[in-house]
Amino acid sequence: MRVSKRATSAIALSAAAALVASGCSSGGDGDTAASTDGSIVVHGVQPENPLVPSNTTETGGGKIIDWMWTGLVEYPNDGGAPRNALAESINTTDSKVFTIKIKAGTKFHDGTEVKAKNFVDAWNWAAYSPNGAQNGTFFADIAGFDQTYTTDPDGADGPKKAPTPTADKMSGLKVIDDQTFEVTLAAPTAVFPTKLGYSAFMPLPDVFFTMKPEEFGKTKPIGNGPVKFVSWEDNSLIKLTRFDDYNLRDKMKVKDVDVKLYQDDNAAYADLLANNLDFMEVVPTSALAGDKWKTDLGDRGRSTVTPSTAFIAFPIYDKRFANPKLRRAVSLAVNRQEISDKIFFGTRKPADSWANPLTPGAKPGNCTACKFDPATAKTLLAEAGGFTGEMVFYYNADSAHKDWMDAVAQQVKTNLNINARAEGVPTFAVFRQNINAHKMTGPYRAAWQQDYPDVENWVNPLFVTNGSSNDGLYSNTEVDALAKQASGAPSLEASHEAFAKAVEKVDQDVPSIPVYFYGQQSGHSEKIKKLELNNVGEIDITSVEL
Amino acid sequence: MGRYLLRRLLQLVPVFIGTTFLIYWLVWAVPGDPFAGKCGERRCPDQYIAFMTEKYHLDQNVFVQYANYMKNLLQGDFGQTFSQREISDIILTSYPNTLKLAVVALAIEAIIGLGAGVLSGLRRNGFLDNLVLVSTLFLIALPVFVVGFVLQWLLGVQWGIIKPTVSSEMRWSELIVPGFVLGSASVAYIARVARTSIAENRRADYVRTAIAKGLPMRRVVGVHLLRNSLIPVVTLLGTDLGALMGGAIVTEGIFGINGIGRQVFRAIITKESATVVGIVVVLVLVYLVMNLLVDLLYAALDPRIRYE
Amino acid sequence: MSDPSTASIVSTPGAHPTDSAAPATAGQPQSNEKPRGLLGDAWRDLRRKPLFWISATLIVIFLLMAAFPALFAPGDAVNGSLSRSLDKPSANGWFGYDVQGRDVYARVIYGARASIVVAVLSVLGTLLIGGTMGIISGYRGGWVDALLSRIADVFFGLPFVLGAIVILTTFNGSGAGNSKAQIMGLVTASLIVLSWPVVMRLMRSSVLATKEADYIVAARALGAGTGRIILKHLLPNCLAPLLVYGTIMVGSFIGAEATLSFLGVGLKSPVVSWGIMISDGQNFVRVAPGLVFFPAAFLVTAVLSFVMLGESVREALDPKLR
Repeated sequence: MRVSKRATSAIALSAAAALVASGCSSGGDGDTAASTDGSIVVHGVQPENPLVPSNTTETGGGKIIDWMWTGLVEYPNDGGAPRNALAESINTTDSKVFTIKIKAGTKFHDGTEVKAKNFVDAWNWAAYSPNGAQNGTFFADIAGFDQTYTTDPDGADGPKKAPTPTADKMSGLKVIDDQTFEVTLAAPTAVFPTKLGYSAFMPLPDVFFTMKPEEFGKTKPIGNGPVKFVSWEDNSLIKLTRFDDYNLRDKMKVKDVDVKLYQDDNAAYADLLANNLDFMEVVPTSALAGDKWKTDLGDRGRSTVTPSTAFIAFPIYDKRFANPKLRRAVSLAVNRQEISDKIFFGTRKPADSWANPLTPGAKPGNCTACKFDPATAKTLLAEAGGFTGEMVFYYNADSAHKDWMDAVAQQVKTNLNINARAEGVPTFAVFRQNINAHKMTGPYRAAWQQDYPDVENWVNPLFVTNGSSNDGLYSNTEVDALAKQASGAPSLEASHEAFAKAVEKVDQDVPSIPVYFYGQQSGHSEKIKKLELNNVGEIDITSVEL
Repeated sequence: MGRYLLRRLLQLVPVFIGTTFLIYWLVWAVPGDPFAGKCGERRCPDQYIAFMTEKYHLDQNVFVQYANYMKNLLQGDFGQTFSQREISDIILTSYPNTLKLAVVALAIEAIIGLGAGVLSGLRRNGFLDNLVLVSTLFLIALPVFVVGFVLQWLLGVQWGIIKPTVSSEMRWSELIVPGFVLGSASVAYIARVARTSIAENRRADYVRTAIAKGLPMRRVVGVHLLRNSLIPVVTLLGTDLGALMGGAIVTEGIFGINGIGRQVFRAIITKESATVVGIVVVLVLVYLVMNLLVDLLYAALDPRIRYE
Repeated sequence: MSDPSTASIVSTPGAHPTDSAAPATAGQPQSNEKPRGLLGDAWRDLRRKPLFWISATLIVIFLLMAAFPALFAPGDAVNGSLSRSLDKPSANGWFGYDVQGRDVYARVIYGARASIVVAVLSVLGTLLIGGTMGIISGYRGGWVDALLSRIADVFFGLPFVLGAIVILTTFNGSGAGNSKAQIMGLVTASLIVLSWPVVMRLMRSSVLATKEADYIVAARALGAGTGRIILKHLLPNCLAPLLVYGTIMVGSFIGAEATLSFLGVGLKSPVVSWGIMISDGQNFVRVAPGLVFFPAAFLVTAVLSFVMLGESVREALDPKLR
């Protein structure tokens, strides 16, 4: 069952219409015509790093980067296939050499023109390992990456240092003229154009290369998107304004955007209800309980789904979890519908497929292990030889996972008679450190939000041997072979076809168990008459009308 | 007295070094790799970790790190956070906010606590006494997040009397409710201490004399009783300022105040020793100076206490 | 986490004992020459107070609850079923069910053990360590006082949350495989380590105020040894503020335990405590206020009983109030 983003947009539009009607009675200032000079205050959190696209991996800064930059391609709000934005055309004959032509006459916020070389320089900067960019490995597809990006021979903790790279530019990147550049990949990759909308691939203005990156990102980040940076007061406020020379798509219809940086979601929610805040992306858990948010917000609330899935992953390197039958038994013992209804009050949908169904190329309902079938589960457990000892489900206690992890553990305990419980690890850092070091002694929570909309992003990193997020060390040569074939397929269709086969193999092994698909409940103030959310549930700032 | 003061001031130095080192070492000892969780569900590139490790000298042992830190600190350089932000900026923006909140909390604590303490101290074991006891204890027993959440919800959202969160200008009027929430737990202590003190002095000779002289009760309480009973309360309030500043994490979060509590907590879990120490250093100074003042105050107020 | 710290509650000057106030035993408060002794007097006094009997009864009930929870609640405190999630109070579950479908009544009863044991042990430990240090440094003075006071200052400057996170993640991190008793011991230990300086300063200031008093000087002049002066004269006269503080501290320690559990470093399920229940229930305050109200009500009652007991014992012990 594919959840359509379109359907939710339509509901949102009708809600907006209702707001226009009721807007008069509340004695709003001005008339009902869309104002073009207003300002809005939206909810945000302090970005972890200075605003440099290739050094931002978290949503606090990611959201602002998405507004301030426009990439070669963009992902439509309805979750459909990516389309060209800054790119005039992206051509290839073999999925290996791509010729990218960009639109002429677009500008950075400092007035300089966006040229092909701004892309090439930005990518080379991020891929040069001594610069330490968090997103550096995103360029691994490109030929010559292994010369600019050296890895530490004994890991980051070891005493040896990584050798200095032999080149500071990737050989696969070539500027042809001001509007054209050519990208040669190390191996054919059908999904490469899709990746280009991710923030790591944004262009950087010439001035970036003349200053320290943190200075650029803190005091005057310059992008090429519809929104321009004004000021940033730490932990308090980021001020943004409209970029009047933006000519790629619609300009912003409001003039100023203040991103108020909150520490606590309940505080932001209280502000939203009191009309002090114009938009909040995710209402807090306390408002979801008992569907309070619906009565609190009425027309101003909206529910949508995002392409993210919550998993529980198995540490397959632990012998006790090496048997696929045991893993399937645990999966079948979890009543996802009940968790969705009782813990999430219906705001999260029970997972029934491996890749999130909102992702292009994903097959809905292909997870046969996601059913609730305690009888089969018991049989499988017996066949697997039972489970001795305590099965501890781990989660990080610094964010809201306790309730659903407790419920999962309780269901496993009740349905399988395993001595199961859930335990919180104090911080995400410690949690991830144990996972990275392969030291987990029980199943643990994981979540995956796609970086770019393609099923490839749900298979290669998660289920292929040595995949970047295959933390449980799952390895199946058949899956590897199929995924490799899929990645190198000449067309996206052929690629999706082959990935579906790989997922069927994954389904037999149950290396992790999908539990629920993320949903998102947002709210806006009475002031906003119309707004849309983008493909990952962030506010589409250019769509806001007052 | 002068020599005593000098000696105490000299003693501040080892305490200052001891405290900062202890904190630095504790944060250093927090388990977890500071960069393990930086890149979400994906492992950070080794190169990024190596880059950060070198930049912040995290490969050195803790003594060298601490020595480096102190050397910079003495030159007025507080260092940078892992997000490459100047720690001195953070201190300059968030300290005044926390101080403001703590002062409001202290004022509220003093007014309510003292009022309740005097009332219950004068009528011990009466209805009022018990009422004060139960209500202040209720505030102690209820966790701050519950008190804060309920007040914010009722006053801010349901009845619309206040704005639910404090604006970045930090107006005094906006701080009354957050101040009450922060000070609520201490109100009981103040009330109890004031009550005990009043009750004891109530039986003192000079109070009996004053009553016997036929002075009006208001004058007895206001001039004779209160002034002599205030000393323990004032010393308690004085040292509470530091505790309030260090303990405002939850309150600041609920009311969206950009204070130090949040910064310290975030820095602890991300193992940013420099940030934690930088912020706590100032707190420690407040503690130390307050303690010294209180000790001096004893000698000044009570001739029976002598420092040789 | 606010850990209200009291630095000093000095007995006020001029509060010399008088004989008119208290109804019973008149005469000199320095009662070591009396045949019955201090404790006997106190007991005689206590027996006549209803406040003492009420609080003692409540505390006995709570202690029974902690020792034999099954006597009070037949239900299952640990296992729930989502089908009962957030059900309202009924004949089966008197206080309703929490979001995991667990019986709130049973949990509140079973929660008494962890909450009371941790809080009471921490308070006792804090009073013992802080009190001893306070007496030593107050009575000896000089460099001993300076050293102990400065050590206390170092710990004083440590933010509570920081200290607790570090101690508990180091010894009680995930996968440490600690038993319930070990976890409770660790939580208790970290509360003590972080709270003793407050009690120490309190005790020290009391001792400072008392040690120059006439009766101490007199006792010393009569040739009493240090041990005797401390135990027989100083301690009884300095105990009052400690008892007041200690009984209130029971309440804030139960809250501190809740904060630690909330941060993921304190007690962990399947251990049940009031603190865990309150922090679990906070997201549902608007839907099911009972999830916070019932454990909080038990907590307040328990704290009240301790404070009332402390109060009556203090009045009985304090010679000035006779």
